[in-house]
Amino acid sequence: MVDWRAEVRGRLRSARLAPTREADVVEELVQHLEDRHSELVAGGMSVEQADAAVLAELGDSDGLGREIGRLHAAAAGERVIPGSSSGRPLYDLWGDLRYAVRALAKNRAFTVVTLLSLALGIGATTAIFQLLDALSLRALPVEKADQLALVKIRDRNWGSGWFSGWHPHLSNALWEQLRDRQEAFSGVFAWGDNTFNLNPSGESHYVHGLLVSGDFFRVLGVRPAQGRFFTLADDRRGCVNPGAVVSHGFWQRELGGDPAVVGRKLTLDGHTVDIIGVSEAGFFGPEIGRFFDVAVPLCMEATLSERNRLEIRHAWWLSVIGRLKPGWTIERASAHVDALSKTMLEATVPPSYPPPNVERYMQYRFAAYPAATGLSELREDYSTPLYFLLGIAAVLLLIACANLANLLLARASVREREIAVRLALGATRGRLLRQLLAESLLFAALGAALGLLLARLLGEFVIAFLSQPGRPARFIDLDPDWRVLAFTIGLAGLTCLLFGLVPALRASNTEVGLVLKATGRGTTERGGGFPLRRLLVVVQVALSFVLLVGALLFSRSLFKLVTVDAGFEQAGVLVVDLDLTALDLPKPRRVAYKEQLLERLRATPGVEHAASATIIPISGNGWNDDVWLDGGAAKPHFNAFFNRVSAGYFATMRTPLLAGRDFQSGDAEGAPNVAIINQTLARKLGAGPNPVGQRFRREADGSGRGEQVFEIIGLVRDTKYREMREEFSPIAFVPSTQDDAPDAFPEYVVRSRLPPADLTGVLKNAVAEASPAIRLDFQSLAEKVRFSLLPERMMALLAAFFGLLAALLASIGLYGVIAYSVARRTQEIGIRMALGADPGQVARMIVAEAGGLLAVGLAIGIVLALAVTRAAAALLYGLKPHDPLTFGLAVGLLGLVALLASVLPARRASRVDPMVALRTE
Amino acid sequence: MGERELKKGSAELLILSLLEVRPRHGYELSKLVESLSGGVVRFHVASLYTLLYRMEKRGWVQGRWVEKARQRRRRYYRLTAPGRKVLAKQRSSWLAFVAAVKRVTGGQHG
Repeated sequence: MVDWRAEVRGRLRSARLAPTREADVVEELVQHLEDRHSELVAGGMSVEQADAAVLAELGDSDGLGREIGRLHAAAAGERVIPGSSSGRPLYDLWGDLRYAVRALAKNRAFTVVTLLSLALGIGATTAIFQLLDALSLRALPVEKADQLALVKIRDRNWGSGWFSGWHPHLSNALWEQLRDRQEAFSGVFAWGDNTFNLNPSGESHYVHGLLVSGDFFRVLGVRPAQGRFFTLADDRRGCVNPGAVVSHGFWQRELGGDPAVVGRKLTLDGHTVDIIGVSEAGFFGPEIGRFFDVAVPLCMEATLSERNRLEIRHAWWLSVIGRLKPGWTIERASAHVDALSKTMLEATVPPSYPPPNVERYMQYRFAAYPAATGLSELREDYSTPLYFLLGIAAVLLLIACANLANLLLARASVREREIAVRLALGATRGRLLRQLLAESLLFAALGAALGLLLARLLGEFVIAFLSQPGRPARFIDLDPDWRVLAFTIGLAGLTCLLFGLVPALRASNTEVGLVLKATGRGTTERGGGFPLRRLLVVVQVALSFVLLVGALLFSRSLFKLVTVDAGFEQAGVLVVDLDLTALDLPKPRRVAYKEQLLERLRATPGVEHAASATIIPISGNGWNDDVWLDGGAAKPHFNAFFNRVSAGYFATMRTPLLAGRDFQSGDAEGAPNVAIINQTLARKLGAGPNPVGQRFRREADGSGRGEQVFEIIGLVRDTKYREMREEFSPIAFVPSTQDDAPDAFPEYVVRSRLPPADLTGVLKNAVAEASPAIRLDFQSLAEKVRFSLLPERMMALLAAFFGLLAALLASIGLYGVIAYSVARRTQEIGIRMALGADPGQVARMIVAEAGGLLAVGLAIGIVLALAVTRAAAALLYGLKPHDPLTFGLAVGLLGLVALLASVLPARRASRVDPMVALRTE
Repeated sequence: MGERELKKGSAELLILSLLEVRPRHGYELSKLVESLSGGVVRFHVASLYTLLYRMEKRGWVQGRWVEKARQRRRRYYRLTAPGRKVLAKQRSSWLAFVAAVKRVTGGQHG
């Protein structure tokens, strides 16, 4: 008899049916054929005849296959083994991903926790990277930035004279020497910064200004978006209205993007200039972290500034950048400018310098430094904290990855049986590996997407944080560029590979026989990656401990800075900046006019105290000169800070007067010079416990004024001068009434209980009554101080955020491991309880297990933190990096969180019903 | 209506009609068609099962393996609700067609 099964199979081969379907069809058809055959034989045919007849009815060799195949072609073949290869890789990958999505959707809690922790890790790291990228990695948005070199004095640790601007590297005289003598650069330019008041009268509207030499834009290789830039011809001594170039941002913001902007007029500190051009978008100036609004040629200094810094040799206010000639390196250029030092210095000695200063001046040496990424005070201030934060964020990511690996391992062990069955059914290990990796790939992709979103939010938060009210930090461009994207994708990909591969490899190496033979839940530890998972948790605890220590160190350091005794009370003090240039007061009348204004302020209702000061503390400004005690043998000269204040200054600032008296009206021009000094100056002068009545001398200054003698009439408490972090410096206060070179920009400090908004209103009126032409600006002293602490505040805030996040992630990891351990030990716990263990004992056992992991993690963490925090020493204030209290707090905090994480599983364990647990066998 | 369509349509109608009474298996269907038509209509194995699978795919019939004691299991097809509707439609249009043919052919000779 014919083998019908073989006949049918042969004919169906071309149909390519799925195996199960084929089996069905074969069975059905074979039955039919056999029935037919028996019928024919029963009807009298011989077996051979029946064979032939049935074969004829079955038809040609593949009509059947063709017909049925056509019928099934549309439907996708169902596979027997999920994960067996279909021979179509892309289709398989799609299948894998769909399978992964289904699997993850089923374990919602697992998926959400893992995704969130991954996204947080990736988001934090990306956000910090983005900021660093904006501050440090992005070269200046100019042509061939790597050819740019900055020229300044090498290792300068002494300076005398008048320093102004953010980077007072050179004086104008030195810049001119350098420009005329250098041969290393194909072009050089200098610039200084300034703020310009755009409003001709009333409340001031300040914008960021640059004074630039004629070649500035050409050497940088920036293109104009509108109009033209300056040329060397525009920057000539004695220039009148040489024009102004505005930035793209200023054009858009203040001028509404006016297409006919060229030719419009601007008022800068009361002087009218024509706009000649707009710089291209993306060019924010030569400095990262600052941006300019308006640039004018250097020669405008003579018009804009009352004390023309072009002519003052001890006025330090310019920075210089050159573009290297082809073939020149930074080193060669540096050697070149070094060789020029002597000639340049000899030609530019400030006439006001006494001989010791000249000697030190002549020791200056010039050097060239790479300027590709621009100058950046901000970078100097922020890049160390940001690199630290990047490290912190990377560790956070690592902790999140450990969580991912941990959860994947847990899943792998839960799926042990499923995987064993699949392997037994013929799935290859490679194929399974791919399936498992698809899951982590999915995680990585989703994590990266969410992470980018979070990074954006975090970045915006940081920028909002760095912005002063009304002065947005527009410089940081948060639109992710390719670098940030590559960083994120690389990070996510690496995460996926590293942390998905180990669990996947482990799972695909499942011992099929062992697993299938085992009962649903073993009573003994059986691999499943559990020791690895414990190790991961220990690592998480250790790393998060380090981050917590960091968070606490930075937070406590900030707290110390905020609460440090600055020697004055910042709260309740408003700083009022006035601009009197519009009044055109001759110098001799200025002192009296300023005093009258001060009287008006004092008489304003709500004002408790008011005083003038040329240097507002913590504003970053400073004025210093060499001083020494008068009389007798030559006393050591040293540098002291100066401030010119009016009577009532100490009362306004609430700085206690320790001895002597405050300034009074008798301390006028013509009367002997008087000064009030602080404790540090008294000590450094060697004036004994009560210096009142003694005298000190001050070096001659650049205005042609000779050496001066001051009688000490008072002693005040030490105060901070330039920044909160500094040690107390020697300060001499001299009276505003003995000002031999009064300027037209008085600053007042006003103490009041009125809310700032009300106070500014009444002060505005008071000033307007004096003259509506006076321009004014307000800022609270507390705000100035707060802004001066921005790097510290940012560091503390972000470090605290990341530290707490790390602790949270670590406790999630710990919870996962402990909960899993409880689940797999349910039976054991049941037996223990059946044998008489009480729930409390069981709970303690579980907490002890968590405690063990915690202890090991903490021990490693402490060692790590001791090693790592040393690097943060420079960023801390008033704290040693190994501060025991901080370490103690971190141990306590992490211990508490970890304990909480183990309480839940412990409670579950203590509620195990022995009967239920034993029946699960 | 082309000859092929006619045949296909009528084959579907035959199967659906037979399944209307009760579920039957493939061999039974082929025997019934042959015997009830007096041997005029016969299905090849290939066309019968292709037809059944197609109708199953369309949801008109549903096949199910049925095991009876001491018998090998067989695949029985039963009419589904959509199949019942199709049967009613096909039957009425078929009857209309036959009536029309009858009128035309009867008219020619009568």
